Amino acid sequence: MFTRILTSALFAGAAAGLIAALLQLYFVQPVLLHAELYEGGDLVHFGTDSTVSAIQDLGGIDAVRDGLSLFFTMLIYCGYALILVSLMSLAEARGAVISARTGLVWGIAGFVVVHLAPGFTLAPEVPGVAAADVYERQIWWFSTVAASGIALWLIAFVNNWISYGIAAILLLAPHVIGAPEPDVFTGPVPTEIGALFAARAFGVGMVAWALVGCFAGYFWTQQSAPDTSPKTA
Amino acid sequence: MTIGTSVAAKSSSTQATPLIAAVASIVLGFAIVFVAGHVQANALHDAAHDVRHATGFPCH
Repeated sequence: MFTRILTSALFAGAAAGLIAALLQLYFVQPVLLHAELYEGGDLVHFGTDSTVSAIQDLGGIDAVRDGLSLFFTMLIYCGYALILVSLMSLAEARGAVISARTGLVWGIAGFVVVHLAPGFTLAPEVPGVAAADVYERQIWWFSTVAASGIALWLIAFVNNWISYGIAAILLLAPHVIGAPEPDVFTGPVPTEIGALFAARAFGVGMVAWALVGCFAGYFWTQQSAPDTSPKTA
Repeated sequence: MTIGTSVAAKSSSTQATPLIAAVASIVLGFAIVFVAGHVQANALHDAAHDVRHATGFPCH
């Protein structure tokens, strides 16, 4: 069983992670590099009379930097896939049907739990934005992901009004309580870049999660199940 | 009596194995995401910097 989970997850995570990394490098990285020009002080933009061009030379591909991004994206999605496939195996044991089609729904749910829910209050940040202490934000991030994950599991697999009520509370609570916020805003990056970055990060995240769910369902069904297959020898 | 105990133990074992495998995989997956996305050691932070921002993790 462990081998089946591991194999399905690594195939799904590597494939989805590779596509996610390429999408990030094409759609997100230029926005990030543009923001870093403001973060480092190469460009300065304040007020309504700025004359800084919105078109900047952002350089080309940086083999080491982009290679590391590719590696870490694949690694992170392999980690996510391990968690996703494990939960799929538990759901299947309870009677849920796991396939590439249903995996798509699992993937979208994963995006909501890991990306959209924490990002709803702690929006994806461009480099240079003002932010609260990183450890406090990480505690809030993990708490929000845990609460949202439990909430979606309750909605999907415990079908009664009490579970729906608890799920609604778990989904809302992190945002009603609020994330750690900075005392003052000091971000030097134009809001246009910050908004585009958040939108692109969410968009690529959703595609990546839809793919990791779909691939996980596909590879899970493709792997033979040695625990349950009839013994011929 | 002995047979009954044996069957019960075997049944319990076959039910526990998928759960243990799933929990072990979840722990492994969590560890990977934590090390790659959240540990603030300088070398890791610098190497994974762009991905952490693009994936929406708290950074800096």
